[in-house]
Parts: sequence; C-alpha cells; structure tokens
Amino acid sequence: MSVKLSTRQVGDVSVIDVSGRITLGEGSSALRDTLRDMVSKGQKKILLNLGEVSYIDSSGIGELVSGFTTVANQGGQLKLLSLTKRVKDLLQITKLYTVFDVHDDEAGAVRSFA
Amino acid sequence: MGKNTGGEAETVDQFLDSTLESVDSAEALVLEVAQKAGFEEEDLHKIGMAVRECMVNAVVHGNQYSAHKKVRVSVSAGRNQLTVSIVDQGKGFELSSLPDPLAEENLLSNSGRGLFLIRAFMDKLQVRRLTPHGTEVTLVKYLGQK
Repeated sequence: MSVKLSTRQVGDVSVIDVSGRITLGEGSSALRDTLRDMVSKGQKKILLNLGEVSYIDSSGIGELVSGFTTVANQGGQLKLLSLTKRVKDLLQITKLYTVFDVHDDEAGAVRSFA
Repeated sequence: MGKNTGGEAETVDQFLDSTLESVDSAEALVLEVAQKAGFEEEDLHKIGMAVRECMVNAVVHGNQYSAHKKVRVSVSAGRNQLTVSIVDQGKGFELSSLPDPLAEENLLSNSGRGLFLIRAFMDKLQVRRLTPHGTEVTLVKYLGQK
C-alpha cells in the first residue's frame, strides 16, 4: 500500500491525515506536494497526523524535515500527531524527536498552536 | 534468479534493473529468505528497511537510474545469520566522506540518513569499492540478537 493523504480543517489548524508508507517515490512526493500546496495557500498551522503510517524511510524523514523548515520559513508551524512506535523510534535515533513538536492527542495538538 | 545450495547456507542471487520497483523486489526477496531463516517481525522490519535504504543508494546514487546498469542482490541465510550483498555499477563512494547526520549542522538536512539507518538496523555493515567501478555493500543480521 502506498501513501494516502487527506486534509481537513479544525478551526484555523490544517490537519493532514496520512496513512500507508512514506517512502522514496510516490509516497514522499505526495507528502511534499500536499505541504507545498498548503504553504502556498498561506496556511501556517499544519498538523501532520501520522497515526496510520506503517512505514517511513530516510526519504520520508527527509520530507518531514523539509516540510518542517519550509513551513517555519514562512512563519508557520508544522507539528506531528500520533506517531506509531516505529516512526517514533526512527525520529529518536535520528535525533529529530526533539526537533519536532510531537503530540499524542489531537485536541491538545490543536490547542498548542494558539 | 540463481540458487547455490552447495554449502550450509543457501544463496539466492538476482540482477535487478536500476529502478525504484527493484527496491520493492529486493526487499521482498530478502524478507522471504529471512522469514524462512526464522527472523521475527521486528527484525524483519529492520532488515527490510536496511535493504530498501541500500537499494535506494545503489539505484539512485550508484547507478543513477541507468537502464544499462544492474544491481546485483545476493542473500544467504546460515544457521545464525543472514548476509545480504548489494552491488551497483556506479562510481563508488568513501564511507568516511559522508557527513554525520546527527551533527548539529546536519540535523535539518533533507537527506543523508540512509547509511546511518542501515548501521542502526543491522549488526554489520561493510562497504567495498570494486575495480574498475561499482560498490559492494554487505549487510549482516544475526539471528536472536537484540
């Protein structure tokens, strides 16, 4: 299964629900396109829900970092929601866990943007 | 596909095109052998991920998607270990010249974590430059080690 992304709005926070695999090729480019689209529309509060992401490779990690810096450079914030254990482990061994603002529950994550 | 069952370990060889589809093929091939050898889910995940990262390096950075170049994947399962060899036909690289992805200045880099992850997930990683061209990366995972 490749990646599937859907977007929704919770107040002024844009939530991207991601499921499947974020890997080099279709998966990472779909994520990149969605984030670029949001940034180009001026959205500055973006919450990436990774709760259904089964697999992420180094290219996918690169896209998360790229999205994080792109949004930050536009004066916005990209935060992560509901990491699976494997994704959390990956971010920890790459020392990125403390770079991202990571949340376990959506309501709290949305409130944190205020 | 070639099979050598002469010794204790069975070796399976495949020559794959320099495409991203080959990344999936190599992962499936290695995981089939690893599963038969008795590796469990968490280790299978790590092995699969390491093979994918290694194949991406071979296809993208080594062979640069060339239709004229192949990636050779060999996998063998001995009594206590799985050995995977991935050989490309690219220009090669020096392991020591790669930047440390954990260094402060590289933390927010968009790339450069592949070999680091391979090291983290496998028990052994060996990189050998071949003559006249190409790189052989050998990965080893021991059965039953945490």
